[in-house]
Amino acid sequence: MLMKLARLSLWNRRGTVLMTWLSLTISIALLLGIDHLRTEAKSSFTSTVSGTDLIVGARSGQLNLLLYSVFRIGNATANISWPTYQRIIKHPQIDWAIPISLGDSHRGYRVMGTNSDYFKHYRYANSQPLVLAQGEPFAQVFDTVLGAEVALKLGYKLGEQIELSHGVGAVSFSQHKDKPFTVVGILAATGTPVDQTVHVSLEAIEAIHLDWQQGAPMPGRQLSSEQVLAMDLTPKSITAFMLGLKSRMATFTLQRQINEFKNEPLSAILPGVALAELWQMLSMVENLLLLISLLVLLAALVGMITTLLASMKERQREMAILRAAGAHPWYLFVLIQVEVLLVTLLSMLSAAALLLLSLYLLQDRLAADFGLFISLNIIKLNTLYWAGGILLLSALLATLPGILAYRKALADGLTVRL
Amino acid sequence: MTDKPKIPAIELKQLQFFYQRGGWQLNLPELTLHCGQHLFVRGASGSGKTTLLNLLCGITRPVSGELYINGQPLHKLSSSARDSLRAKHIGVVFQQLNLIPYLSVLDNTLLSSHFAGQNKAAALNRAKTLLQRLGLNAELWHKAANQLSVGQQQRVAIARALLPKPVLLIADEPTSALDSDNRDAFMRVMLAEADANGCSVIFVSHDQSLTQYFHTQLDMQQLAKGVQPC
Repeated sequence: MLMKLARLSLWNRRGTVLMTWLSLTISIALLLGIDHLRTEAKSSFTSTVSGTDLIVGARSGQLNLLLYSVFRIGNATANISWPTYQRIIKHPQIDWAIPISLGDSHRGYRVMGTNSDYFKHYRYANSQPLVLAQGEPFAQVFDTVLGAEVALKLGYKLGEQIELSHGVGAVSFSQHKDKPFTVVGILAATGTPVDQTVHVSLEAIEAIHLDWQQGAPMPGRQLSSEQVLAMDLTPKSITAFMLGLKSRMATFTLQRQINEFKNEPLSAILPGVALAELWQMLSMVENLLLLISLLVLLAALVGMITTLLASMKERQREMAILRAAGAHPWYLFVLIQVEVLLVTLLSMLSAAALLLLSLYLLQDRLAADFGLFISLNIIKLNTLYWAGGILLLSALLATLPGILAYRKALADGLTVRL
Repeated sequence: MTDKPKIPAIELKQLQFFYQRGGWQLNLPELTLHCGQHLFVRGASGSGKTTLLNLLCGITRPVSGELYINGQPLHKLSSSARDSLRAKHIGVVFQQLNLIPYLSVLDNTLLSSHFAGQNKAAALNRAKTLLQRLGLNAELWHKAANQLSVGQQQRVAIARALLPKPVLLIADEPTSALDSDNRDAFMRVMLAEADANGCSVIFVSHDQSLTQYFHTQLDMQQLAKGVQPC
């Protein structure tokens, strides 16, 4: 009977209840959505690189090194000479190494010079290897493998010829026009900066810069692709390299040894630690968003209580009838609580549905535009905590009209002062 | 129920009530109403009718004196005990707007048995019988209460009040919104049903012509002190 009363009473006031339900739905969806995006973005972010024990670059702060080597943001301060690289990777604890050479771009996408070990050893998310959606890794000097987003956005297919630009701007004035590359492979989407990278061999990086000096083509000394291929293409330097160790126990020892390397100032960082530090900086924004959505929720709940309080006057007759029929004032209090919880519960369900629908519709866009891979699974332990918290909060706020009903019932008795 | 015929429906002794000391007062030296006896309470507005009804219903507690409903000392009971006493033993019918508009006729009737904590199936059967006897046919039962005429609504209120087999039915000018034909029909059917259920009726009205239906009369004017003429 209590449920029936609450249900029918709400239905009787469906106009205002509908608006309350709508505002609650939107604000709960907003809150859950932001919380969901937050955790998904975090996991997407921290899964950018995995399985790599150390990243080594020229001496710099760890964030700078992480940003340019993994996220392709910013530039290296200096390069590492090839002999140094060769010497370090001979260390007995090192299982594999991936050299990285940056500095060129293709229509705004960074070009990364590397070798075949990249496709073999690079891992992201839960130790997932890179998978080629089409084609195969580069074999020839002027072959290139594109990240998923590069191929999708620029509409490249296997076999197409592309030109690289010197420097990293979206519009570059110095092009490596004379040495076109052939697309031989396209990687499957990873949700990491790999998708936005154009991969070529280290030799190719060397080849396109042979006839360059001081960042500009040398006048009067143009080399054709064929001429270049005949020359020694061993790189002179690389930007950074990633290391996988045989035993994780050796990580700190090796890190110290690299940091104290005599011949060249180097920095070795632990990607996990650097990622956590970076995320901490970004989490300010995320926490702010969460706070705002919490306030929106609070506003919606207060709105619900306001409409309830306003409706108490027109419901005096109803309350008096219930009292006359034998209801204790507590019953009226509980009735109002049940009404509030019903509306909140309903709003939570519709908010979940709204969130699922919008995620479903936005999933592809988010992946394409922001490289964010958001799962549709919004029900996590965290969500349940939120749901419990929202219900608790609404029950807490509902005590206000509840107490009003209780006290009015005691004061007015069976008469209704209209 | 453990009703014994000897226990009066209402027994009150030296009942006194006031909102403020020295202000308006209600004094009832003695009143006993046996089960099945009906009482007509007459009085102009402001004469303390509502206060008396609130006292009898257990909504307010007397300042001094004794009040027994069905043998239970209402003046000593806690407010929740008074609430459950009201739910079980007292039926209330107001002037008008007795029903919750969004509940069906049947659900409105069943409210009282819900609060009295009675068996649902039995209450449903009894509610149907009562409604039928009050001239409310099955086709009306599932209609929303506000679709009924005022006379019909008042009869639903009677059915609700009588459903938990109360010893006392308190009616606060239930006929004031009815025309004279409807009023007489209402009085007859209400008293007939009250008699059939062995229930005493306390009927409050300023309509002198209704006294013919009652055994006893009580004039509020004689009880209240310091009444302002209006």
